[in-house]
Amino acid sequence: MTRYSAFAIAKQAMRHHMGWDRAWASPSPKSHYDVVIVGAGGHGLATAYWLGRKHGITNVAVIEKGWLGGGNTGRNTTIIRSNYLQDPSAALYEKSRSLFETMSQDLNYNVMFSPRGVLMLAQTEHEKRGYLRTAHANMLQGVETRWIGPQEVKRICPIMNIDGPRYPVLGGLWQERAGTARHDAVAWGYARACSDMGMDIIEQCEVTGVTRDGDKVTGLSTTRGEIGCGKLGIVVAGHSGRLAEMAGFRLPVESVPLQALVSEPIKPCMDIVVMANTVHGYMSQSDKGEMVIGGGTDSFNGYHQRGSFHHIEETVRALVETFPMISRLKMLRHWGGIVDMTGDRSPILSKTPVGNCFINCGWGTGGFKATPGSGWAFAELMAKGHSPLTAEFGMERFREGRFIDESVAAGVAH
Amino acid sequence: MLRLHCPNCGVDCDETELSAGGEAHLTRFGPGSEDDDFESYLFMRKNPKGVHFERWRHVMGCGKWFHAARNTVSLRVYGTYPAQVTAPPEALLAEIDAVEPGWRNKEEA
Repeated sequence: MTRYSAFAIAKQAMRHHMGWDRAWASPSPKSHYDVVIVGAGGHGLATAYWLGRKHGITNVAVIEKGWLGGGNTGRNTTIIRSNYLQDPSAALYEKSRSLFETMSQDLNYNVMFSPRGVLMLAQTEHEKRGYLRTAHANMLQGVETRWIGPQEVKRICPIMNIDGPRYPVLGGLWQERAGTARHDAVAWGYARACSDMGMDIIEQCEVTGVTRDGDKVTGLSTTRGEIGCGKLGIVVAGHSGRLAEMAGFRLPVESVPLQALVSEPIKPCMDIVVMANTVHGYMSQSDKGEMVIGGGTDSFNGYHQRGSFHHIEETVRALVETFPMISRLKMLRHWGGIVDMTGDRSPILSKTPVGNCFINCGWGTGGFKATPGSGWAFAELMAKGHSPLTAEFGMERFREGRFIDESVAAGVAH
Repeated sequence: MLRLHCPNCGVDCDETELSAGGEAHLTRFGPGSEDDDFESYLFMRKNPKGVHFERWRHVMGCGKWFHAARNTVSLRVYGTYPAQVTAPPEALLAEIDAVEPGWRNKEEA
């Protein structure tokens, strides 16, 4: 792998940039791997990366039915934060946020992590009490957040109308080291690093069946032939239920479309991320100048990657009161991704009832921020059989009633 | 926008008039039941990629519950039927057979 550096750019400039290597190889599948990860999104690739980097397991394949990072990795609104209420969530998301800080250096790939600060607006008294509680919880968890009043909100984000009338801004939960990153680059950077360790990243290879010997997984049937595996990791977000069905177990997961949209590009006007959970909208400005807006999920199951049209109107209508200047912006495009929702709105990182088979799913509407931490913890779980970060996220928690209830804590935008 | 025919009041309603009630025809398990059954009743769902039988409430209209058969990928609605049944009507199943051959095998697989 050619290291990316200023020197490499200068050298390539002399050669009209004709000498760059492919970032990752596209080999044909081998007949057997120690570990096969299904799903080459951010989480799957991060898992493979940490398996190699931390646990020395490099005979790994990451297989993907579409193209690399073409699912929710490329569809989210790129927000990174860790201001969660429950201890297990805060630990996992804070680990993840801290890994983002050094990711560009670790991967030698610019993921454009921008710790510009995330502000979660309180627009009702109820929400204000909730965020004060979260701020206190975060203090105990060692996550740096603080409560700020409406004047401070106005100072940080001058384009905001804090007066209402319908949803006045009563303050906000401010996490200064939260922010955004380039989502595609996260997937590409991990893919390049995995490929460099000798792992196979196999795109356009759909899983059609899971081969079992008794109660253990031994391999996969795919559209590119049979692939044997020592251990199987399923990291396929919205399609987790389908894969679980093939492996022979059930998941407490339902799939729904979540939508986002971007406006035409405008001059820089907002240098933070704002989340307004009461009105189900969140917004940041991309480096290209587009306002990136995230909306709500559909209320009914679906695998249609577009979502209900009326959610767009609801989201934009609500944001216009708080951000009057966006009222005449044209929206350029909108899209949907299929998110896998669990009963407590917390993810599942778990062994399964099937031997040698592990699952990482249920990230719902907020998986991108967890990409590196999820991979870090899931790799440890797959390599060692247990991980302190995943201990509370087992799928048996639904049976045992040990929920990690973030649905109450975080509402919808999560 | 999804439009469903409410079998209670006979109105074709937009999805904004409706409230989704999740998977239909679940068997309820209450206190005293086995852990497996209780977990299954509360959390485990078929979540199919294809034909889905589900509950809806005409919340901004007559206020009553009904059932719908819908495709979760194409959003095609095969039909709606009253809430007071424990399984989809045979006629509707036959209609789905006609447009989605093989969907039952997928369901069982």
